[in-house]
Amino acid sequence: MTRILLPLFVVIPLGAAFLNSLIGKRIKGFSDVLSAIATCALACISIYSVFIFKDTGLIVYKVGGWIPPMGIAMVMDGLTVFMLVTVNLVAFLISIYSISYMEKYTEKWIFYCLFLLMVAGMNGVIISGDLFNLYVFLEIAAIASYALVAFGTEHEELEAAFKYAVMGTVASSFILLGIAFLYSVTSTLNMADMSLEIAKGGSPRIIMLVSVFFLMGFGLKSALVPFHAWLPDAHPSAPAPISAMLSGVLIKSLGIYAIARVFFNVLGTSPQVLSALMILGVLSLIIGGCLALGQWDFKRLLAYSSISQIGYVMLGIGLGTPLGIMGGLFHLFNHSIFKSLLFLNSGAVEYATGTRDLQKMGGLREKMPVTSSTSLIGSMSIAGIPPFNGFWSKLIIIAACVQAHHFAYAVWAVLISLLTLAYFMKVQRYAFFGELKERLSHIKECPFFMKFSMISLAVLCLAGGLLLLPGVFDSFLGAASDAVLAGKDYANVVFVAIR
Amino acid sequence: MKEQQKGMTIIVKTITRLTVGLILLFGIYIVANGHISPGGGFAGGVIIALSFIHIMLAFGKEDAFKKMNQGVASFFESIGAIIFITLANLGIAGGYFFLNFLSKGEPFKLFSSGLIPLYNIAISFKVGAGLFIIVVILMLFKITKEDEKK
Repeated sequence: MTRILLPLFVVIPLGAAFLNSLIGKRIKGFSDVLSAIATCALACISIYSVFIFKDTGLIVYKVGGWIPPMGIAMVMDGLTVFMLVTVNLVAFLISIYSISYMEKYTEKWIFYCLFLLMVAGMNGVIISGDLFNLYVFLEIAAIASYALVAFGTEHEELEAAFKYAVMGTVASSFILLGIAFLYSVTSTLNMADMSLEIAKGGSPRIIMLVSVFFLMGFGLKSALVPFHAWLPDAHPSAPAPISAMLSGVLIKSLGIYAIARVFFNVLGTSPQVLSALMILGVLSLIIGGCLALGQWDFKRLLAYSSISQIGYVMLGIGLGTPLGIMGGLFHLFNHSIFKSLLFLNSGAVEYATGTRDLQKMGGLREKMPVTSSTSLIGSMSIAGIPPFNGFWSKLIIIAACVQAHHFAYAVWAVLISLLTLAYFMKVQRYAFFGELKERLSHIKECPFFMKFSMISLAVLCLAGGLLLLPGVFDSFLGAASDAVLAGKDYANVVFVAIR
Repeated sequence: MKEQQKGMTIIVKTITRLTVGLILLFGIYIVANGHISPGGGFAGGVIIALSFIHIMLAFGKEDAFKKMNQGVASFFESIGAIIFITLANLGIAGGYFFLNFLSKGEPFKLFSSGLIPLYNIAISFKVGAGLFIIVVILMLFKITKEDEKK
């Protein structure tokens, strides 16, 4: 019976999205309630699936009763469970936040419709056991996000969305081309079956070419440095809940998850690929961090910071050692929590003051105590101050670099961590501390639903470190890094589960 | 003269009047036979949408909106997707998502292959209405641009 849960991750958001478009525009408030219920259900099911996975191990769902590799498969392993919890937890809190925040836009039901389609796409990418299905869901999520970036329909938003759409489409074409080449070599689209065919060893050159295509395509989706140009435009232009969603989970489920799944479990890693991942990671780390320091636009600063933090995740995963992968995935989870929190903070500030320019803010601490204290927690987490979750994941990544004898990378990771502290000090100094500006004297704290989401995320920032506790670690974070580390053994486990 | 300004010439209008019903019928044929011959929900949906777009091109958008307006198209688009998801979910009762639980019938007969024709009909709603809306939106943008010039 527990198998039924797997398709629900796609069915619930898709069904809710189309019900929204049918009924939401006729009845006011319907789309708020429906989206909150749908995302809440998804978050509950994803947390429940952690326990199911602990009991039963890997689950394969045969769509339509057809046996893979002939039919389409949905696979739930440790990494899937980990990503599903990350995505759906953040999606739920953001959906609550949007109830108040999106009041200032017209046609709220279109927003919720696209938002739920994006969630459906991301869940689909994560749960699919089939490479082409992964691509289809990736396109659903990506196209919904193009439309959401343009949601304000002002000049800046449309320009950013167009740029994002063009670059995203180029990335998608490379991914599709890669899948086509792989299909021509292996004659199958099921990831487990593909992995077995590749392991037989014919045509290594095409596999190399496909690796490059995937690195480019998924690298662009996850905004690693040479492919990052769309992110600093697209993420600030979207409405704040969507910026949080894009920076918090979209670049991870479409980019990092897909890279981890395809390179480790399907193609198999080689030292060249791992060092390419590490170099891209360190480049993103450095360049994203340095560019963030010079920004005065609150959301743009956060967007550059996302590039830098994705670099940490990629560096950890690229190390390929158990400690490195665990650290990378842990940082992925933590980053999705604190970066969503910070984007929601920036949205709350924009909601109250009407500006994103840090120089026009100041002293908001007196007027907006909840926003400023939660943003302080978020900033300290991302900068890696000890009791918060960001500290533990960065510590693990740096320790893993040292353990793998990549001392230069470890030094860069420490230096950029200090730089992160510097630019978040800047945010705190200019936005929340200092003297209250004259024109801001009348502002009020944001409404209840926005406060609820920000406080929940701040609590998660504090509690994030608890994931390393022995009992919790094995069933969540440990299971995820084991799934990546299993490498080509993934195929055998899947085929055992089919029988 | 006034009638001519609203759409294309009398020749186009007459031909359209004669053929548009056939185009619609052909679209429905493609959808209904999707499971036994080339075509299906997507191709048939495109042809059905084309029949309405044809009216819009020949007679102008006011006439087309009398047959099918944006609200109706939007309704059909959503309902098509919901029918599709509902049919897929009905399979869960039989054990699997997307399970084809109806009797498969005799191959190459119109009433065969279980749920597949129903899926085709749902897709044709979605694709037909979606494509119609896309063309309407493109036309609306064109008109506002001309208005700006005036």
